[in-house]
Amino acid sequence: MPVSGVSYLPILIFLAVAILFPVVSLLLARVVRPSNYSRAKMDPYECGVETQGEPRQRYSIHYYVIAVLFVVFDVETIFLFPWAVKYRALGLFGFVEMLVFLAILVIGYLYAWKKGALEWV
Amino acid sequence: MSDALIRNFIIPLVQVLVVLGVAAGAVAYMTLVERKILAFMQLRLSPRRVGPHGLLQPIADGIKLLLKEDITPARADRALFTLAPIITVIPAFTALALIPFSGGGSFNIFGYPVSPWIADVNVGVVFLLAISSLGVYGIMLGGWASNSKYPLLGSLRSAAQMVSYEVPFGFSIIGVLMLSGTASMVGIVEAQQKAHLWYFVPQILGLFIFFVSGVAETNRLPFDLPEAEAELVAGFHTEYSGMKFALYMLAEYTSMIVVACIVTTLFFGGWLRPFPSVSALAWLNFGLDKLNPALPGFFWFFLKTFLVLFVYLWLRGTFPRYRYDQLMKLGWYWMIPLAIANVILTGGVLLLLRR
Repeated sequence: MPVSGVSYLPILIFLAVAILFPVVSLLLARVVRPSNYSRAKMDPYECGVETQGEPRQRYSIHYYVIAVLFVVFDVETIFLFPWAVKYRALGLFGFVEMLVFLAILVIGYLYAWKKGALEWV
Repeated sequence: MSDALIRNFIIPLVQVLVVLGVAAGAVAYMTLVERKILAFMQLRLSPRRVGPHGLLQPIADGIKLLLKEDITPARADRALFTLAPIITVIPAFTALALIPFSGGGSFNIFGYPVSPWIADVNVGVVFLLAISSLGVYGIMLGGWASNSKYPLLGSLRSAAQMVSYEVPFGFSIIGVLMLSGTASMVGIVEAQQKAHLWYFVPQILGLFIFFVSGVAETNRLPFDLPEAEAELVAGFHTEYSGMKFALYMLAEYTSMIVVACIVTTLFFGGWLRPFPSVSALAWLNFGLDKLNPALPGFFWFFLKTFLVLFVYLWLRGTFPRYRYDQLMKLGWYWMIPLAIANVILTGGVLLLLRR
């Protein structure tokens, strides 16, 4: 398999076409669609009732906790990818090393569990 | 035109256009297939007015969405509101660049070798994960830019759900990488061919975790909390209409197809026919391999992908929607520990077999 950057070029081309596609279709829709302004249409949808107050209010702290936990776990996953590819070459040493690595992760996970960070409601 | 230009630019461009066209058509007809299968499962009629057996329904739907008025609410953040569906579509499509649709040979078109995949990079799986996780930005931005209550709640839920299931989604692939010893999508299929074993056998737990997380990642039933119509109207796309709404739907169905393609490639041997090493079953190639060794691969790849997609619809027809706390509980208390256990188990067994 070529290691040079040339193998990434088709992905860039795909990216360019994938960017063009929604832009062109939105522009096309802009030309052909009707546009009848009316005040009521422009209101935020609230099941037909008059809009009450600001929509951007405070929301549960749990969303932030989940986001922080995600960063920790996902970075751990990324560290495991190169290890997994070379697993057969690493042998017993690799296995033990991974156990140590995962043990640290699991301790953190159990801590979050005990602290109730994963508890919803 | 110079040789390098054709090789590195023109051929990939044509490949991209073909794949994009096929994908767009597949998405359109996926909506019809979904409605047909759900109708069969629930003993009711499916669309059948437009064209024979409703076969022209997707085209009618497309024209309708194109001609519908596109409303941007007065309170919305106009730029972000337009940008959000575009951001959602781009990664969903780009992920298709990494999928090997067939293999075992390349086509010879006007004297140039054309591979049956667009790109094969040595970090294929990681790249695919990276691209597919970008979709959450579009959904979050869309909900935020709408500046309305239901979309905001829907997008918050969606973000928490998608990042929660991102972890087991990535973790469950590690077992496959340990078996194959490569992260290239083509390499993984070739490793399955060499091992005479599709990885769903040793990685059945990994497959289960990956598929369930994939369903949650694509916001499909029974995990479609971000657009739970019983409580949040339509979730993050409540304020969207016309072509922008269509782009969100396009992204959702494309991601479904991408997840099905990844499942096929990683766990079900990609383009390989059943029992590729048994020559008595060579008739399964339908003689197409004599024309070109890569031809029958397309058939098997698309068949397997369709079967995975069918399971998606089957889930939708069978299970009621989860409650949000149940969903998060399933993700954090079951999927992540199971995924970690799968890695340790695979590592241990591989170590024992080596002796």
